Amino acid sequence: MRRRWASVALHAVLVVGAALSLFPLLWMVSGSLMSTGEANSFPPRLLPHHATLAHYAALFTQLDVGRYFLNSVIVAGFATAVSLFINSLAGYALAKLEFRGRERLFRILVAGLVIPAQVAMLPLFLLLRSLGLVNTYLGAMIPAMATIFGVFLIRQYVLSVPDDLLDAARMDGASEFRIYWSVVLPVIRPILATLAIFTFLSTWNDFLWPLVILSDNAKYTLPVALAGLSGEHVQDTELMLAGSVVTVLPVLAVFIGLQRFYVAGILAGSTKG
Amino acid sequence: MMPGGRTQARAAWLFLTPALIFIGVFFFLPVIAGLALSLTNFDIYAIGHPENVQFAGLANYRAMVHTDLFWTALENTLYFAFVGAPLSVLVALGAALLVNSRLTRWPAFFRTAYFAPFVTTLVAVAVVWKYLYHPRYGLLDAGLAALGVHPVDWLGDPRWAMPAIILVAVWRSFGYNMLIFIAGLQRIPAELYEAAELDGAGSWARLRHVTLPQLAPTFLFVGVITAIGFFQLFAEPYVMTGGGPLKSTLSMVLYMYEEGFRWWRLGSAAAIAFSLFVLVLAITLIQLRLERERTS
Repeated sequence: MRRRWASVALHAVLVVGAALSLFPLLWMVSGSLMSTGEANSFPPRLLPHHATLAHYAALFTQLDVGRYFLNSVIVAGFATAVSLFINSLAGYALAKLEFRGRERLFRILVAGLVIPAQVAMLPLFLLLRSLGLVNTYLGAMIPAMATIFGVFLIRQYVLSVPDDLLDAARMDGASEFRIYWSVVLPVIRPILATLAIFTFLSTWNDFLWPLVILSDNAKYTLPVALAGLSGEHVQDTELMLAGSVVTVLPVLAVFIGLQRFYVAGILAGSTKG
Repeated sequence: MMPGGRTQARAAWLFLTPALIFIGVFFFLPVIAGLALSLTNFDIYAIGHPENVQFAGLANYRAMVHTDLFWTALENTLYFAFVGAPLSVLVALGAALLVNSRLTRWPAFFRTAYFAPFVTTLVAVAVVWKYLYHPRYGLLDAGLAALGVHPVDWLGDPRWAMPAIILVAVWRSFGYNMLIFIAGLQRIPAELYEAAELDGAGSWARLRHVTLPQLAPTFLFVGVITAIGFFQLFAEPYVMTGGGPLKSTLSMVLYMYEEGFRWWRLGSAAAIAFSLFVLVLAITLIQLRLERERTS
């Protein structure tokens, strides 16, 4: 009997917690479907009287959100693809290939993990400016294309790949690149999925760097565009909520679809801090 | 070294080159250049004419410590980090204990529900919360009014703006910490609980004498990671308050951004960036120290 009450109380707390946690997201969706002015009524409403997609239509026809969406897809997609290749090559080399200075190199990279990205930001801006990369997709992608965290994540995983597998391929006369490409990559697919999700989400969600490096409306990613629009359209609550939905929905979908890999990656990063 | 060690070494450097170029040229080099930049008078006139830049010694740092705004930004950032990070860790621990309980049904659902805010785009949810905090139409005040609490102008009142931003940050970050706590809980050997139960320990005693001590390393890791993340506060005040009211939510990164990219005083902005670095480094060193004490 006591156990039963404990279980009821436990689930009551869990349900209230889940409701609080999801409420802002659910209200965002609900508000985005309200007709103009409805989200600013008093007393406030939770659900739309007549759900409408008019604000979504307005986003794409009047505010050019399709363009920003495309920019975000290009920046996050490209950065993810490139970072998978570069980070996995380096992570594999650090884990399995013998060379002098390997330990020292690894220690230097790990030490770099404690440096906040903002410290590099001002000179990086000047550097990219002199390379003509201000206001380009490439400029927006550069900090995500190879990361210490990514190299580290791959290295930790590749350490667990048995050496016999690599030696057998070597005996067969496979080149080092061939071993990486046809032996290593297939067995480390789970961590590649993890890294892909991490890179995609963090590039998609990133705000400060694209805000700094993209100066022209036509190149803005969704968060930069949304921050600007939300200043101009403060009164258009429903419209801005719809803009937030468009920005958040892709990352939530990626997360829910690929949760398994994402969670595995967080745990991999936490066990070896 | 096995035969073929030489070709292996050559392959290794070849494989590392792209990553090292990117990380070296676009991260480590700018970090060092940032230190140099903070020792110059680089400003808007230097952007078109770099030959105008002069070595200024510690002038930027001297000016910085004599600027009230810097101390305001530092104080706000410390407030945000030292109140927000422990709150996030505590909520995460509570959520982890509940989700991980043997009695809990559908743990996967609750885990996802608590974690979902973490993957959302900060700018987008800041926009949403700004409306939730609205003094007249916002749902937060409406909910409080139903409980008989007077409405608060959350983002318009200098006393409440930072707590309001802390709430958003805790809401968004605790799910991540919860996952790490759940992993820590699952690593605790079941025998410890069995032994405690044999000794007649109730659930509260088991929590205090088994669970919490066993989670100590996780606590340290989660606390430091969260604090470091919180020191980099930027998007929430940028979107929700612009640093106001009365600079009460101006964070160090926002201050750096305004100095550097609004007023183009890059030398002065670099000095702010470096103070942030020193702060983060200090927290990391304290963590390493505590970690050593615990294990020895």
